[in-house]
Amino acid sequence: MKRLRWVAIQMLPIAGALGAAILLATLISVLMGVSPGVLLRTLLSRFGSYAWGQVLFRATFLTFTGLAVALVFQAGLFNIGAEGQAVAGSLACAAAGIVLAGAPPGIALLLCIIAAFAGGAVWGWVPGWLKARFGTHEVINTIMLNFIALAGSNFVMTRCLAQPETVRTAMVRATLPKLETWFGTMRGSAANSSLLIAILAVVAAHYFLHHTPAGLALRAVGRGGPQARMAGIAAGRWSIAAFALGGGCAGLVGTNFVLGYKHYYEDGFTGGIGFLGIAVALVARNEPLGVLPAALLFGFLSESGLLVNTLLPREMVDVLTGAILLVFIASERLRSRRLRGAS
Amino acid sequence: MSGLALVISVVAQTLRISVPYALASLGGVFSERGGVVNIALEGILLNGAFFAVVGTHFTGSPYAGMLCAMLGGLLTAALHALVTIHARADQIVSGLAINIMAFGLTRGGLRVIFHSASNSARIPSPDSILGRLLPGTGPLGDVLGDPVFLLAVALLAGSLVFLFRTGLGLALRTAGEHPEAVHSAGFSVARLRWMGVLASGLLAGLGGAYLAFEQHSFTDQMSGGRGYIALAAMIVGKWHPLGAAAACVLFGAAETLQIRLQGSGAPTQLLQMLPFILTILVLVGWVGRSVAPAAVGRPYDPEESDG
Repeated sequence: MKRLRWVAIQMLPIAGALGAAILLATLISVLMGVSPGVLLRTLLSRFGSYAWGQVLFRATFLTFTGLAVALVFQAGLFNIGAEGQAVAGSLACAAAGIVLAGAPPGIALLLCIIAAFAGGAVWGWVPGWLKARFGTHEVINTIMLNFIALAGSNFVMTRCLAQPETVRTAMVRATLPKLETWFGTMRGSAANSSLLIAILAVVAAHYFLHHTPAGLALRAVGRGGPQARMAGIAAGRWSIAAFALGGGCAGLVGTNFVLGYKHYYEDGFTGGIGFLGIAVALVARNEPLGVLPAALLFGFLSESGLLVNTLLPREMVDVLTGAILLVFIASERLRSRRLRGAS
Repeated sequence: MSGLALVISVVAQTLRISVPYALASLGGVFSERGGVVNIALEGILLNGAFFAVVGTHFTGSPYAGMLCAMLGGLLTAALHALVTIHARADQIVSGLAINIMAFGLTRGGLRVIFHSASNSARIPSPDSILGRLLPGTGPLGDVLGDPVFLLAVALLAGSLVFLFRTGLGLALRTAGEHPEAVHSAGFSVARLRWMGVLASGLLAGLGGAYLAFEQHSFTDQMSGGRGYIALAAMIVGKWHPLGAAAACVLFGAAETLQIRLQGSGAPTQLLQMLPFILTILVLVGWVGRSVAPAAVGRPYDPEESDG
């Protein structure tokens, strides 16, 4: 009974947030002159296995960026730069794929995945280093680095990587198989086996944080206070490590887009997945194991927006996402009070 | 002659570019002096620009558009205040969530009202007051006589008086430094912080209106990171209205340089990075010289501080 109450309190913020989102969605559709019933029926009728495949595809992106935010959060810092880190990783992934066109497929694939991680890690390292070395605030720095990455990608593309008259690179030979190879009903969906890399990353991040000395040290820094300092943990080094690891996770976005879906890099494909990663990490309370279901939730939400795009503008999903976040963080405090009351 | 004309046009352009930065930055000063971090400035600028365009489009009057922009900014800021002050939630996350909402709202609004995913219909901007009184004052006269510019200067002067010469201004500043002290002096910390956040909405909303009037339309994501850069300018300006405004003119000058260099053969994309790289470098250079209000970012809970 007590355990049940504990679970109920833990779920309170997300239940409240989803309830508020449903209310808001109903309100918007009524205001726009669309009957909520018609909206729901349209959504349900269009949600076939192709759509579920798309949900998995989006959730793969969000798992990577959600991990990127969560890992850095565990070290007590904000990573608002997952967008830029995803761009850097994806570009590195495609560049590696093009350079390795002649290499044996297995080796090329492995190196492409490593390149994606490394590209993101380098871009994530920068704000971590700026924080450790100079103490400048990571929030502004990561936001600036997003803009720099987007312009930088554009520069690299127009200068050397893009195919003539396009904003995409040449095809990459190393590829990850699509899920439709095994699940025929998902035909046409972009879902691919990069999902397995995402699940592996979640498990690895969980193991790292909770079962290794390094993970323990990282979390001790995040909790702050004198304990970490007394244990002789250098906070600066851990903020760099957390940012590099988080950036690497965001960089793995390249495996989903470049290796699994398009088989080339295209300018401007990230479209806000870094910011959504913040929502994912928060709802997961920065626990890697929570990132996966949270990513599925927000993946489901954005796919739903596309499916009812004929009735309501799909940007409604961004408004709902923001509302979910606001209600969630507003009720988190209520949760901690109730928990204190329960104990 | 042509040298002088060039200087005048560069100065005018710098001032024009600086106005939205300065208004948002001044808004940041009010919010953070009261103790609330306001990353939502980006979304407030965006909503302000959108509301200005919608207001002007439907009434035909840019002045009505200005009012709409301030109202839109005020409403956006009220949401931030509600979540951060009333529910005492994380201020950075609240700001980011509001920015995501503003992005969706304005882009969705573009498609519903103007049937376009990228830009609105063309709108008129307010005539330069100086240009009407003294025709032939040129580009500098156009900027200096612009109603929004004049209002911005008046608000800057007014905020100096308010923050440093009035009791309420002192109370607001104390709410961001020692909320316990202002609480025991009989003020409501929550009310003071609401005031600071709402002021930031009004100011940044007006900044958004200027942005829209400059381009005579709303374009998707037209705030383009200005709200975030305005926060950096506020830090560089040591949370002081004049310092923040000066830093904004610096950023405005850098952006003017960037625009002037376009077409000179330098790669456009590298020039686009300039303001963002400059922001990072300037912040590194300012470490230790600029100290945030002591209680900024910390929710105030009278029950906790009593116990």
